[in-house]
Amino acid sequence: MTQKSSEDYLKTIYELSQNGKAVGTTEISQTLKIAPASVTEMLKKLANKGYITYSPYHGTTLTSEGRRIAEKIVRKHRLLERFLHDVLKIDKEKVHSQACEMEHSLSDEAEESLCRFLRHPDSCPDDGKMIPPCNLQIESCAKCIQLHEKGLEEEGKHNQRLIAISSLKEGQCGKIAFIRGGRNMVQRLLDMGLTPGTRICIVRIAPLGGPVELAVRDSKLAIGKGVASKIFVEVESPVAD
Amino acid sequence: MSCHSCPLNKKSSSQKARHLKIALAGNANVGKSVIFNHLTGLHQHIGNWPGKTVEKAEGTLQFKGYTIDIVDLPGIYSLSTYSLEEIVSRKYIAVEQPDIVINVVDASVLERNLFFTLQLMELETPMIVALNQMDIAKSKGINVDIKKMEQILGVPVVPTIAVKGVGIDKLLEKAIEIIEKAPDKKPAEIRYGEEIEEKISLLIDAMKDAELIYPRRYTAIKLLEGDEDIEREINRVAPQVVATAKKLASEIEKLHGHGCSTVITSERYEAAGCIARAVQTMVPPIKPTIGERVHSFTTHKITGYLTMIFSLVLVFYGIFTFGDVTSSVLSDLLYGLEPLVRSAFGTGIIGALVWGGVMEGLIAGITIVLPYIIPFYLILYFLENSGYLSRIAFLMDNIMHKMGLHGKAFIPIMLGFGCNVPACLGCRIMETQRERLLAAFVTTLVPCAATTVIILGLVGNFLGIHWALALYLFNFLIIFLLGRLAFKVVPGEPTALIMEMHDYRWPHMKTILKQTWFRVAEFIKIAFPLIIAGSFALKLAEVAGLLEPIAAALSPITVAWIGLPAITGITLIFGILRKELALVMLATLLGTTNFAEALTPMQMVVFTLVAMFYIPCIATIAALVKEFGWKKALTITLFEIIFAILLGGIAFRILTLLL
Ligand SMILES: Nc1nc2c(ncn2[C@@H]2O[C@H](COP(=O)(O)OP(=O)(O)OP(=O)(O)O)[C@@H](O)[C@H]2O)c(=O)[nH]1
Ligand SMILES: [Mg+2]
Repeated sequence: MTQKSSEDYLKTIYELSQNGKAVGTTEISQTLKIAPASVTEMLKKLANKGYITYSPYHGTTLTSEGRRIAEKIVRKHRLLERFLHDVLKIDKEKVHSQACEMEHSLSDEAEESLCRFLRHPDSCPDDGKMIPPCNLQIESCAKCIQLHEKGLEEEGKHNQRLIAISSLKEGQCGKIAFIRGGRNMVQRLLDMGLTPGTRICIVRIAPLGGPVELAVRDSKLAIGKGVASKIFVEVESPVAD
Repeated sequence: MSCHSCPLNKKSSSQKARHLKIALAGNANVGKSVIFNHLTGLHQHIGNWPGKTVEKAEGTLQFKGYTIDIVDLPGIYSLSTYSLEEIVSRKYIAVEQPDIVINVVDASVLERNLFFTLQLMELETPMIVALNQMDIAKSKGINVDIKKMEQILGVPVVPTIAVKGVGIDKLLEKAIEIIEKAPDKKPAEIRYGEEIEEKISLLIDAMKDAELIYPRRYTAIKLLEGDEDIEREINRVAPQVVATAKKLASEIEKLHGHGCSTVITSERYEAAGCIARAVQTMVPPIKPTIGERVHSFTTHKITGYLTMIFSLVLVFYGIFTFGDVTSSVLSDLLYGLEPLVRSAFGTGIIGALVWGGVMEGLIAGITIVLPYIIPFYLILYFLENSGYLSRIAFLMDNIMHKMGLHGKAFIPIMLGFGCNVPACLGCRIMETQRERLLAAFVTTLVPCAATTVIILGLVGNFLGIHWALALYLFNFLIIFLLGRLAFKVVPGEPTALIMEMHDYRWPHMKTILKQTWFRVAEFIKIAFPLIIAGSFALKLAEVAGLLEPIAAALSPITVAWIGLPAITGITLIFGILRKELALVMLATLLGTTNFAEALTPMQMVVFTLVAMFYIPCIATIAALVKEFGWKKALTITLFEIIFAILLGGIAFRILTLLL
């Protein structure tokens, strides 16, 4: 199994499971245009490596390690798209396939530099999807530059489990790393006590893309899903199933 | 503030010495209104802040020879600029300078409440803390060291249990004592990190000579936080300071890697947390409380929705059944007065106008208010004060979101099914003016109880209940579509649901009764004059023989476009004034209650459709004017009339093809 193909699988599973559901084998085989039998084969291998959990009946979900790799590759992909589109002025239609080729060979160091260079890219050009946060504990790439100057990169490196509140499960806890969004909304969330470093726990998640309920500072807050997807936390412990 | 040495000013203030102003401030749901009611009894009135749709409850009280005006400020979490309430409150405190601010604090959620307390302290207003809900804190195993808290905050702290009246007198005595003995005593100052303090001093220096509304230190802090409202103020008196503040703020940002307002807010919360930890000891109970269990049950993805549907059906069914019975008893009673009035005013034109115009209007008002509106508000406030409404908002957020609104908007919409007037007023729970307008617009499309009478009485009775249901579904569809459309058209940013979920608790009945009383009074003030005037105008038109000409004038629309009998034009006009009687009017005009004789099934459907959408009644228009001004109210009204007429015509043509 090459690194490229396993990354492609993880990325595909990541993108298909955006709403947290398990992904079926058929879906993967259709997306990658690979025969179902080969897909099953590959999924078993990935499961052995601890990147995914796989069951023929319930489908596939990413483990936290798998998710980390997938997010990294998706991030590289989207950064590359921005670079190809914004800087090199390559056609929107062509950037995707180009980025697919390049993402696997882009080193982490190059990724950080690209992020700095592009200054706070929030979304990729073709479908406006958010670029997952870089694993430095920073709000935007403009901050990367400042941190870089002060040589603070190392400090952030171990914070590798940054994840939006909206993708946490009930019962999971974490510490707030940063909030994306307009000034007004960020101020409101700060005023309600969601300041960086504050510990929060997920109490309830309303079904069908509804709000999440958080326990924070000895009280409870309901936060709409859209806002929740902009609050990033450092997860404390993976949920015990 | 700067005039303390000015003799003229002193004199006028000593003249007013017997007159005091006290404001109640604090987070939402901490017990301000309970304390307010306790202090003022029925000597209060609810109005609006000038030019704003923010509620202002004021009351007066006599105490130790003083006449004290008390203002119940809206519940807020911060003094920034997120909502109208926040701006109004801080302006009030800074500009009107109440003699003392009573900061009501929920002892069971100390940290969050202290965050607000710290901001009040920064406003440098004389203040006193009412440490309320001590009973709940105790049941949560929280114990607060009052002495220590007073010491740290530099203001007196009085423990209270508002619902039982415990500590309220002491609170008032303490407040007066401060006003008498130490009116200029300022609360303790919160110190931020060195690098921030340095910038604050720089800014204070830069503003040395400027006339400011807010205290200097507060202004400096807010400028660093990038507070737009304050920036605007300062831009007028010292524009260069704003630029300096921006520069200093970006230095802090560089240093911390977070925005300056994030840094300052974090430090403030840190201070609040630190104080909370220093003054409280907590021994949490081991078992989850009943409230917590009810909470899990009522927010669960299955049981939560079931509970919600069940309770809403129960509430509406209960209100309508109760209302129906009481309403007919009442109207029988009141119509018993007819011979009396008739004999007093004669059977001529005057008698007809007095009875058919004024009295019948009054009766209509009474038979709505007592049987429907009162129970409605009682239940609403019960649900609100117990905490259930926020659970409903939580569960409905995703659906409301599809309309561009958030979960709280479901509450006025729900009210709309009873009556559009309280529903429009209820839109005040939304945070921004834009959100309020959108919610109010959607609300006026909701079929109220009177519309329901038409739907069920006409279509439901003569065409079958499935037709009535189909019309309801169609109504929801239109609400959804128009809601989305309005969301797209009205400029501005949508706000998302960010709401505190309070613990469940048993509501305080006296407060509920008072809140209901004031709401009903508000309703009567808005709706009664209009209902009576409308009734009178109609009778006048009838007596003057204008009905036929009006019907004829409307016939190009009613007959040619919508395909209804000409006489229905009058009913529709009548419906604006008194929607609940539109059906009775129709029966009178058609000369039969068996509508099937006079209207084809298609005409019934079209008539009902138009009646559903064409306008909220005149009282609703008045409520819209009150909340949003003439222009917006008229726009909504005109839009809905035109929309309903268009819809009626289209429905007529489509149904002709189908049926
Ligand atoms: N157990 C208990 N309940 C209280 C106490 N004070 C207030 N409550 C309850 O708390 C709820 C909210 O009280 P309100 O006075 O309406 O709160 P408020 O501060 O005016 O809230 P907003 O108007 O939303 O800002 C009511 O149901 C009260 O019965 C208290 O000391 N003990
Ligand atoms: Mg109140």
